[in-house]
This record gives sequence, structure tokens and C-alpha cells, in this order.
Amino acid sequence: MSEIITTNEVRHLVQSGTDSWEIIIGLEIHAQIVSNSKLFSGSSTLFGSKPTSQVSLVDAAMPGMLPVINEECVRQAVKTGLGLQAKINNTSVFDRKNYFYPDLPQGYQISQFKYPIVGEGLVTVDFKDKESIVVNIERLHLEQDAGKSIHDLSQDYSYIDLNRSGVALMEIVTKPDLRSAEEAKAFITKLRTILRYLGTCDGNMEQGSLRADVNVSVRKPGDALGTRCEIKNVNSIRFVGQAIDYEAGRQIEILEEGGVISQETRLFDSAVGETRAMRSKEEAHDYRYFPDPDLLPLYLDDDFIKKIAIELPELPDQKKARFINDYGLTPYDASILVADRVSSEFFEGVAKGRDIKLVVNWITGELFAALNRLNLDIANSPITVESLGELIDLISDKTLSGRLAKDVFEIMLDTKEMPKKIVEENGLSQITDIDSIEAVVNKVILENPDKVSELLEKPKLIGWFVGQIMKETNGKANPATVNTILKDKLNLG
Amino acid sequence: MIDIKNLNLKQIRDGLQNKSFTALEITESYLGEIDKAKELNAFITVTSDKAIFMAKESDKRISRNESRDLEGIPISIKDLYCTKNIKTTAGSKILKNFIPTYESTITNNLWSDGCVMLGKLNNDEFAMGSSNETSYFGPSINPWKRKNEDTPLVPGGSSGGSAVAVSGSLSAATTATDTGGSIRQPASFTGTVGIKATYGRCSRWGVVAFASSLDQAGPITKTVVDSAIMLRSMAGFDSKDSTSIDLPVPNYETNINKNIKGKRIGIPKEYKIKGLDSDIENNWVDGINWLKSEGAEIIDISLPHTKYALPAYYIIAPAEASSNLARYDGVRYGERVHRKDLDQMYSDSRSDGFGEEVRRRILMGTYVLSAGYYDAYYLKAQKIRKLISNDFDNAFNIVDAILTPTTPTTAFNVGKKFDDPVTMYLNDMLTVPVNMAGLPAISIPSGFDKDGLPMGLQLIGKRFGEDNLFSLASVIEDCRGTFSNPTQWWIEK
Repeated sequence: MSEIITTNEVRHLVQSGTDSWEIIIGLEIHAQIVSNSKLFSGSSTLFGSKPTSQVSLVDAAMPGMLPVINEECVRQAVKTGLGLQAKINNTSVFDRKNYFYPDLPQGYQISQFKYPIVGEGLVTVDFKDKESIVVNIERLHLEQDAGKSIHDLSQDYSYIDLNRSGVALMEIVTKPDLRSAEEAKAFITKLRTILRYLGTCDGNMEQGSLRADVNVSVRKPGDALGTRCEIKNVNSIRFVGQAIDYEAGRQIEILEEGGVISQETRLFDSAVGETRAMRSKEEAHDYRYFPDPDLLPLYLDDDFIKKIAIELPELPDQKKARFINDYGLTPYDASILVADRVSSEFFEGVAKGRDIKLVVNWITGELFAALNRLNLDIANSPITVESLGELIDLISDKTLSGRLAKDVFEIMLDTKEMPKKIVEENGLSQITDIDSIEAVVNKVILENPDKVSELLEKPKLIGWFVGQIMKETNGKANPATVNTILKDKLNLG
Repeated sequence: MIDIKNLNLKQIRDGLQNKSFTALEITESYLGEIDKAKELNAFITVTSDKAIFMAKESDKRISRNESRDLEGIPISIKDLYCTKNIKTTAGSKILKNFIPTYESTITNNLWSDGCVMLGKLNNDEFAMGSSNETSYFGPSINPWKRKNEDTPLVPGGSSGGSAVAVSGSLSAATTATDTGGSIRQPASFTGTVGIKATYGRCSRWGVVAFASSLDQAGPITKTVVDSAIMLRSMAGFDSKDSTSIDLPVPNYETNINKNIKGKRIGIPKEYKIKGLDSDIENNWVDGINWLKSEGAEIIDISLPHTKYALPAYYIIAPAEASSNLARYDGVRYGERVHRKDLDQMYSDSRSDGFGEEVRRRILMGTYVLSAGYYDAYYLKAQKIRKLISNDFDNAFNIVDAILTPTTPTTAFNVGKKFDDPVTMYLNDMLTVPVNMAGLPAISIPSGFDKDGLPMGLQLIGKRFGEDNLFSLASVIEDCRGTFSNPTQWWIEK
């Protein structure tokens, strides 16, 4: 394991003229819970349905309607808490966060303010070429999502879609432990991996299942924390990075010109890559939180929590450690493979009884490159565990040379056929019998006496002979065998 | 036409079963009375067609010997209960055209037991008031008048219409709600029986919320037995209300036991407040003597935090109301006042849709929950609430029930206290502590003051001890002797 740096140490500085600055970042991640129905109602949570078609009387805040907690959402929050190695609170309380907005039918959001369901936890974030960091989680709480306002359908009116109203969210709050856009992006990526392993959030940022509020401040190393600005609702990992870099730059510029940062809420405009002021501290809402009298405090007994803990799947960090131990993978290869649960399962499927090095190289090399090129997920890869396994078997038993295997792989991508079948139909199998190869070697030697004499002075010319022989055999000759026979014939041994 | 004036619910139930009259006959008789009593303004909506339809259905069932518990009994519903396809206004302009697509759990229970619906009853706007004068539909008028005086009197509130409809013999029974005395105070002002059940006994689902942690339903009836019959139908666990309690509902009617020998009755000294009418104080002594004469043991007790109940109530109730009423924002309910600016649209729509008292309470509630005031007001009020609850718990270690007057005075003139909210709030002095502790309490007509106006005594019971209250209340009812009906001046005039 790589050494973990304590969060107080200066890790990353931004150089600006003669000054250096430290960027302090904290994140609030809103993760939509995977559940069939909403946090306090039985309505469906399916994405992409007709506007306001999945709205119960509760979601529409009809007079006299009352919320009833969805146990599945509670279980998912606990599961996530355990996945973040966090303390699960036996008692938590739902509060009302009061504010007016047309997409908030109740006029308040049911959330958890003072007593969240999950307390402090941590996430370890790895990097390719530097030491891992630990990001402390402050809390995780349950809350309802609001509906969606659509402002661009009409000049005069805004439209409201209430399908999202009441959908369960987990708000995961980090301590201000992040120090660069790179770290923040890596953290969100890692968190998303954990959530996907747990199956508690699908992490689809483009559908809004994962959104981030980014708190940014800057300071000179060793100084107290500076005034922070909060950038609301950033909806892609790339934008989080851009927003941080822009915002830190903006703050540093103000401070270097002798100005002061005013605490405010800002928006990130992805079209121009800038953050813009939304409201100042003075204009900030007073949410008038108070315990929701329609809901009793949520009590979870230890057995309930234990049962979820037992059912917890293997998490990325544990899997990575196991891959390093059991398969002898390098930490880097292991982290690439565990970054996506499906990739890790794909790897283990192929690895069973096969040459691990070959398997890793094929998956992280050819397969990932191909998927990237075709813009496909491993989940819908045309290459299956079975087909890649068979291909690797054909390499191992020398039926295919590396080069031939690559050709077969390309055909597999196109046709989704099994490699054996492709080899048979195209007569692609490697020539390994010595007699056939010897005949070709003899032929090439006889046809090129001048090259043979040249070879005595320039031993490197042997490559040319190998090339000729491969050409003659359409690449099917086993290169190692060719080399041996050739050296033998030309007395180069 | 049947002389319904002298019939109570139990007698109607017996008459229907004996086939002395049909459900249709009794229903038409009530509709006739309702038609003649427009001056009382008890109804916001009369549902004649529905009543006749339901009555005919009941008659069919009776003829097939398929009667349910309350088959064919004509009742009316406070306009705070949502009724499917029938306008439900909560006494407010903002809901004056609101037609729910759903039926509240309680009314659903009543219809399932065979009740016939006559209409929807007047009440203070969103149940905020003690005189029925804050209703957008004008005040309901008390059927009782002072001897030799023609001054219209208030029926109390907020369930004014519910009390008037029973007292004026316009319904066999009515439903009501009680947040700080809204069942018991109007029952006391109109010579009717009103019980507020234990918090959690009756479902709040489908009842327009005022202050969720205090709101509780109950019936208003002519007699204690009628009250027991009605509450049995209304009460019960409801999985749609998270604060509802899963306990079986006893048969309150058959559980009434007039042998109260050895029952210990607490008399709290703190209820002898300044401003307690001397006739009422004497009536309280009568009540004590009646119970004593039947073998109860009278014990002086102290509920030391009583005086803090009213101020704490006027922090907690408005706080919850300010949030509960946020949904009425002009976006979905009420006539929207069109403005280019969103905040202005909210503010103008709500100013137009809510009456003065509701606006006052929203402002108070918003204030006490605001940042910087929350601890000093809301949190402190919650602590007081706990102390009040503890007072009762301590008392109930010694006594089985507590006897107090229901109100400090009898009914007052329409308009007298309307412009003086604080004096108006004092009406709830003796009823509010019960709501703060979530206890059951019943008001029983117990005599007349020097002006000939009805007075009421309040019995407070242990949590879910409604049985015991009905038994003790029956004894008071017997000892008090027959209770006359008010003169039907609204007809004779």
C-alpha cells in the first residue's frame, strides 16, 4: 500500500507570479438513490417518462397528504454509509427545509439537518503516479429531490415537471480535504465507483443522478481558511475540474489585487467555462429548518444495520488488494481493473486458469482500446468473457501468434463470432510443424544467395529473412520456430 | 317529516334498525332543517343529491339485513376533511374551488360504516380561530342566545359549524378537529359533547393540516354514547399516517361503565385561572360533587407548567402552520395574482388568498423559526412542551382522569374579540395543554350560566384512555340531568 498523506500537509500549490496559493475544496455530492419508488411515496422513479406522469398526491403536495418513509431508500443509505466506512446513526431525524420555488410543491424539502442517518467516514483516492489521499466524509443524509423547472419552452412562462419531485437523494458531504481540480475529479470518480459497486446510485451524471456542489477557497500555505464560494449543481466530472480551476484563479486574482472574497453562491456556465455570482450571503435563504412533525425520528436497530453489512459486496479497495495479492497484479493494473465493477468481473472471468499477464494485457490493452474507439461500455462489449478466454487459449497453445490473434480479435469485434470458428473459417492457424516451415526457409535461402552472403557481415539482416518467411506463410508461421530453423540453417546458432 | 330535534344518533340508529323510519326519511328531514337554518351558516356545502343517493343505498342494505354499524345515519363533515369530488375549502378563499380526488381516511371509515353525508361544515380558516369568525364564508352563528337577548353569539371555533350543526339538530353527528381546543371549546359553547382523541388515534391522512404535531380528530355529538359510537368508527391505525398508532380500537360504546367507584379524579389548582367566570367555577364544583357522589375519589393535583402552555402553543402551532401552508402559493391553489416577478407573485397571491388571522400566524411562525430566533422561541417552546407532558405523566401516576372547565367563559358576542387576537387566544387556556401532551379529552355539557348559556366540563385522560373518559363523562351527563335544545329562533322568526 502506498503511504497516506495527512490532510494538513501542503500537497499542491498554485504558482502565481512570486506567490503560491493553496486551493481548499469541499464537495457536497447529491446522489440519486436506486429505488423503485420515491423517498416518501409509491410513485415510480423511472427516468425519461412523460413529464408529470409519475406523481402521487404526496409528491404534488395535495392538502392533507402525508409522507411515509420508503424502507428501501433507508437500506440504500445505510449500505452507502457502510461502503464509505462511516458511522451509521441509530437515530436520525427528518427536518423541513423551507423555501418557495415553483418546482417544490410542498414549499419545503424534507431533509435531514441536525441528525443525519450517516456520520463520519472516509474514501481513499489513488493516482497513477503519486501517493494516495484520504478524503474524510463529514456526513451523509437523506432528502427529497425537487421537481424540474423548464424555462426554455416559452417566452412568458416556465414549465414544471414533477416526476423528480420526491425522488430520494443522498447528500454526501466531504470535509475540505481536497487540494486541486485533479483530486476533486479523482474523488468523484472513486465515489461513483463505490456507489456503483454498492448498487445504491447509478452515477449517471448526464441524467442528473449525480450532481456536485463545489466549495472553493484559496489561502497562502499555513494561513487560516479563506472565504469560500459555493458553485452549485455542477453536472459532470470534467466541469467540476473546470469550475475549480476557474474559481480558484478568480479568487487568487482578486486577492492579489488587494480585494476580498465575498461569500456567495455561484453557477458554473459550461458554455464559457466560467463561474458567475448567483446570490450573495445577504441574499442567502433562511431555510427555517425544524423537525418534520409528520415523521417520527428514524430508529435503526443494530440488527438492521448488521444484516446490511453482511450483504455488502466486495468494494473496490478490497478488490484491488485481492487482485494484487491473488493475481500478482501491479497496483496500477489492479486499480484500472477495479475502477468499474463489470471490468473487474470480466477480468476474473477470463483469468480463471489462464496466464494472468496475458489476460491483463489483453483487457487493459486491446479490449479497452477497442471499446474506447467504438465508444462502448464493457457491459455491452461485443467481446465476451468466453470469447476473449478462447482467444487467449489459442495464443497459449500456439495456434495463434500475437499478430494473428490481433487479426482474429478485430474480426471478433465485427462479427461477435467465437475465435476458434474464425480461425477455422479463415484458415488462420499458426504453422508450427517444423517440416512445413523448414521448406519455406529453404526456399527463401535458395532464392536469395546474395542476401545470405551479406548476412555474414550484417547479422541484423536476419530480420529481413524472418519477414520474407512470414510473408510467404501469410504470417501464419510461428516466429520463434522460424528463428530457430533459420539460425540453424545459416549456422548462426 | 320526523321530529329530529329530539333524536340523538343512538336513537336514530335504533329507529332505522326497528324500521320506525327509513334512512331516506331521516335524511330528508335533516336536509329540510338545514334548508331552514341558513341564518346559522353552519354549512359551506350541502350535498343533498349525494345524501339522498347514500340514504337510498342504506335503505336497500337495511331491507336486505346487511346493515353496517352506522347504516343510514346522516352526518356532516368539517370542511377540513378532504372528500372525494366534493369541494373542500378549509374555510379559506385560497381553497374555495378545491375539489379533492381523494377521500380522507376518517370520512372513508364513516362511509364504510354506512353513514350518509349531508354536507361540509363551516370552520375558522385552516382551523385557526376560536369563534368561527375567520372563515372566508362568514361566521357560523351559535343556536344559543342569552336569555331575553337577541345578540348573535359565536359558536366557538374552529369547529364552529360542526358544533352548530349538532346543537341546532342539523346533523345526527359531525366530525371536527382539535389543535388547541377546536372541538372542545365549540362543544362547550353550544351544549354538545366533543372529544379530542389521543394523538395518533385517528388518522390525519386527508385532513388539511394546521399544526401537524397537535392536530387530532374527533366527533361532536349530542350525547356521550353518540360520541363513543362515532369515535369507534373514525379511529384506527392508518399506515398512510406515520404518526398513527397501531393499537386496536375498543368498542367504546359497550365499554361504558358507570360504576366509577374508587376512580381517582385530579383537580389541578392551576386551572383556577384569573378570568374564570364564577358560574363556570361553581359548575366545576358541581362536577366534582357529582363524581364524588358516585364514589370517585377527588384529589387535588398540580400541573405546575400550565401557565406556559398557551405561549408555547402560540409558538409551535404557528411554526408548523407557516410550513404546512407554504404549499398554498398561487402556483397550484387559489387564484394566482399574475406578476412578472416570482416573489411578488407569491406574496400577492398569498396576501389575496389568506385571511388576516392566517397571515398573522404564518408571520409569527416564520419569525420563530428564523435564524437567530429558533433557539429562543421554537426550541424553548419544545422544552416547555416536554415539561407540560411530564406534568401530566406525573399526575397520572396518582389519578385516573383530570376534571377542569372546558373554557373560562361561555359564548361571547359575534365581533367582540375579533380585533383583539390575544384575548381571543385566551379562550384556549384550558384546552391547549392537552394538545401539547397529545392526551385525549372530552367536553360534556354540564349546566347553564346565569344568562342561560351552556357550560362544559372537560375530562382529560391518559394516553389511549378514551374508554375511561366516556365512562366518567356518562356519569356527569346523568347527574347533570336532561339538557334542553336551544330555541329554534332561526325558524320561528
